[in-house]
Amino acid sequence: MLLGSIEKLGRVTLSSVQRLGRGNIFLLQVLAGLSGMLRRPSLLIKQLYSVGVQTLIIIIVAGLFVGMVMGLQSYYALVDFGAEDSVSVMVVLSLLRELSPVVTALLFAGRAGSALTAEIGLMKATEQLSGMEMMAVNPVERVVAPRFLAGFISMPLLTAIFSAVGVMGAYLVAVELLGLDSGAFWSQAQAKVDLYDDLGNGMIKSLVFGFVVAWIAVFEGYDCIPTSEGLGQATTRTVVYSSLAILGLDFILTALMFGK
Amino acid sequence: MNSRMLELMVGLFVAAGFAALFMMAMTVSNLTSYGTGDGYDIMARFDNIGGLKVRSPVAASGVRIGRVTAIEYDQERYEALVTMSIEPKYNKFSIDSSAAVLTSGLLGEQYVGLETGAEEDYLKNGGVIELTQSALVLEQIVGQFLYSKADEKTE
Repeated sequence: MLLGSIEKLGRVTLSSVQRLGRGNIFLLQVLAGLSGMLRRPSLLIKQLYSVGVQTLIIIIVAGLFVGMVMGLQSYYALVDFGAEDSVSVMVVLSLLRELSPVVTALLFAGRAGSALTAEIGLMKATEQLSGMEMMAVNPVERVVAPRFLAGFISMPLLTAIFSAVGVMGAYLVAVELLGLDSGAFWSQAQAKVDLYDDLGNGMIKSLVFGFVVAWIAVFEGYDCIPTSEGLGQATTRTVVYSSLAILGLDFILTALMFGK
Repeated sequence: MNSRMLELMVGLFVAAGFAALFMMAMTVSNLTSYGTGDGYDIMARFDNIGGLKVRSPVAASGVRIGRVTAIEYDQERYEALVTMSIEPKYNKFSIDSSAAVLTSGLLGEQYVGLETGAEEDYLKNGGVIELTQSALVLEQIVGQFLYSKADEKTE
């Protein structure tokens, strides 16, 4: 009984490490397939549409509400100290540094990442990928690489849109609803927000998150068990692993970028 | 969805992303205070710089005219040596100008305040300010206050 559990632990560890290795080799294959994919830009455009443009609506709505809530809560927290003019600083800094990259990445993993996994997994389950290999078409180059690049390109764009819409939402709440001075709103933010340290670091974070989420999504799809149950497990794994990776990497990146 | 519509929407998406980034850079960042690449350097020695940091502002009459570029400890004279870069258009500080470490607001960040003197020659690149006033250190002030109170009592 005890021996059985220890055996199981060993098996699980070995299979996890093997999976990690397969994932890394797959990443190298995808990166190698990118050059061939650039000869067919229509594939990339189609994937950018389905991964990027169709995620836009949820990002805009989420950004608007996150910005509005941040504006309200910052006001309530700061008005006791007479510092309500700093609402814009608090909202913009938290949006640009942390909330935009992380929330955009989480929403992206949930909506676009799971869709990518399901698409590729279904192609594997219905043997379309092996069919392509038989016709001497590289499935990684034709199917996987465009999706990976589309995810990597969309993420920083979506993060920028989230930040912009969030700031607009905070402006709406602070100036229109709560009556703060609009000039003070923008000038306080301009004094305290640094272009490279805050906006730049947020964008770097979104690039890293885009890379990781796209990688996890396409790998889980490509490596799934080709049954309907396996597909469901793969989609769940994409969302869970992407979310954990995003939050873990966020801590590491924050410590690297914003520590002294 | 035909391919023209597809390409149009993707193009709009990418354009919207860049427009959002541009708008953030313009309206909520300190982009406008960048770009002063060149400027002339002047140095000042302080007993105590308090909370002054590299890239702290340098102001005259409250208007920002430059930045602190380097802070070092001079072991020969046991003082702090602060190097500042001043924008080239503000070049009429006389050589007996004074520099003080001031605090913006009650608990704000510290900056270097410059006040011009009475000489006719102006500071140039590499000039040194002789008259300086150090930052207020809270413990020293409290100590002075306590000693002055004790003196009052004994008189």
